Amino acid sequence: MIDIKKIRNDFPILKRKINGNQLVYFDNAATSQTPQVVIDEILNYYSNYNSNIHRGVHKLSQEATDAYEKARQILQLNFNARHSHEIIFTSGSTHSINIVAAGYSNILKKDDEIILSVMEHHSNIVPWQMLCERTGAILRVAPMDQNGGLILEEFESICCDKTQLVAISHVSNALGTINPIESILSIAHSNNAVVLIDGAQAAPHIKIDLQELDIDYYVVSGHKLMGPTGVGMLYGKEKLLNMLPPSQGGGEMIDEVTFEKTIYAKLPHKFEAGTPNIAGGIALGTAINYINEIGYDSIAKYEKSLLDYATSELLEIEGLKIYGQSKQKTAIVSFSIKSIHAYDLGVILDKLGIAVRTGHHCAQPIMDYFQIPGTIRASFSFYNTKEEIDIMVNAIKRAKLMLV
Amino acid sequence: MKTIANIQKEIVDEFALFEDWMQRYEYMIELGKSLPIIDEKHRTDSNIIKGCQSKVWVYAELKKDKLIYTADSDAIITKGIIALLLRVFSEQHPSDILAADTAFIDEIGLKEHLSPTRANGLVSMIKQLKMYAIAYQTQIN
Repeated sequence: MIDIKKIRNDFPILKRKINGNQLVYFDNAATSQTPQVVIDEILNYYSNYNSNIHRGVHKLSQEATDAYEKARQILQLNFNARHSHEIIFTSGSTHSINIVAAGYSNILKKDDEIILSVMEHHSNIVPWQMLCERTGAILRVAPMDQNGGLILEEFESICCDKTQLVAISHVSNALGTINPIESILSIAHSNNAVVLIDGAQAAPHIKIDLQELDIDYYVVSGHKLMGPTGVGMLYGKEKLLNMLPPSQGGGEMIDEVTFEKTIYAKLPHKFEAGTPNIAGGIALGTAINYINEIGYDSIAKYEKSLLDYATSELLEIEGLKIYGQSKQKTAIVSFSIKSIHAYDLGVILDKLGIAVRTGHHCAQPIMDYFQIPGTIRASFSFYNTKEEIDIMVNAIKRAKLMLV
Repeated sequence: MKTIANIQKEIVDEFALFEDWMQRYEYMIELGKSLPIIDEKHRTDSNIIKGCQSKVWVYAELKKDKLIYTADSDAIITKGIIALLLRVFSEQHPSDILAADTAFIDEIGLKEHLSPTRANGLVSMIKQLKMYAIAYQTQIN
């Protein structure tokens, strides 16, 4: 059970007023808010043991190294990776995907194929296009249906022995669709393709077992996971990460350097050149502990009730259309209202203290598919309430009177 | 004829009458709805201003020595903002348009009520209006 009163108290930002109105924060798919324990951890790091990790012999450095490596273990346990060195700290999902895409520059050959889905975020499109430009590989796109669900048969039909990589989001950021990653993995693996799952939108809502699902690469952003910005995770199977060349050179990632030759450090340091976001990594561990204290099951149940309530209340509004009505969805409602520009509605909602996202949500191909310039996206978290949904619905009705 | 400075002062005075930003937006929406429709033949891709989140078309032509702007947008609040800009700049001499500042935007506090991307869009709009003035000023000379 969710103790909503206690949880809301954990997030100081929720007390903010915007233009005299109580903040209603429905932009969680862009960035989740930060609980006090995470803020405290960042403060604690800089107040008490800020120092560089992995090389200092002094006390502070040891404490910082221990805390950072402990955070890595928290991530390992949360996602059930086999080894903690399969967890690479990155700056976020975008960085993680780019490390993998850059790593395949000398592995892929001309006419090899990479499959994406049409509902990918730009960060899971552009790095692969760049990889194709470098290698001559070909990008194939698996389509979706009108409900925003991936058409698995179509995916299966384009997955073949030429397919080297499959990169697909676990959850669509613009529609909330939960993709059938088990089936995707099994189809891809039967064709000997390696699969990267973009978990940026899934990790805050769904418990993931990397070993059970047999996932090859999984990427996550800290700032969508109640953690700080500028930190994230790349998970890769040990065998794959050992094969992949490092994308950046520098300190931390080496074993031995001479001007003739450098021997790279072992995992995970091979991919962690330079001084990382130490406070961020440690605080991400705290954030994941916080989520687990509430519990993924309770979160999923509660957010589902918010999604169902918002969906039915919004559909009462005349002319409102919801994009993405897949049966398997996280708590995201993407919608538009007939003859109202998403931007106009977003501006009015902002004036009333309601934070939503408007536009194409960095997923232009989805908007092209529905032939719309953009939508309004309300994305919920476990600290949101039905009362807040009522406030949004009333605000939309008020804005509609002004705009039509 | 009212000068650009006069019109700007008028707008600042009008905005001071409103109690809050919701009322100001209601006013801008009304302005947007009343903006004359741009001639369909000028509603072309080449007349779209880049850098706006919503689509904005602007066209200008010289009548006698005055520059007449017409514009449109697919978003109504954007149209309201354009209506304000056109009220200031349209039917003025290109040299006056070039010499004019846009202090009224800061004075009515419009910019801080736009998100950064939208504030950039506003800058692009003003730039485009001035570009037309430069082009026609050269033509006059």
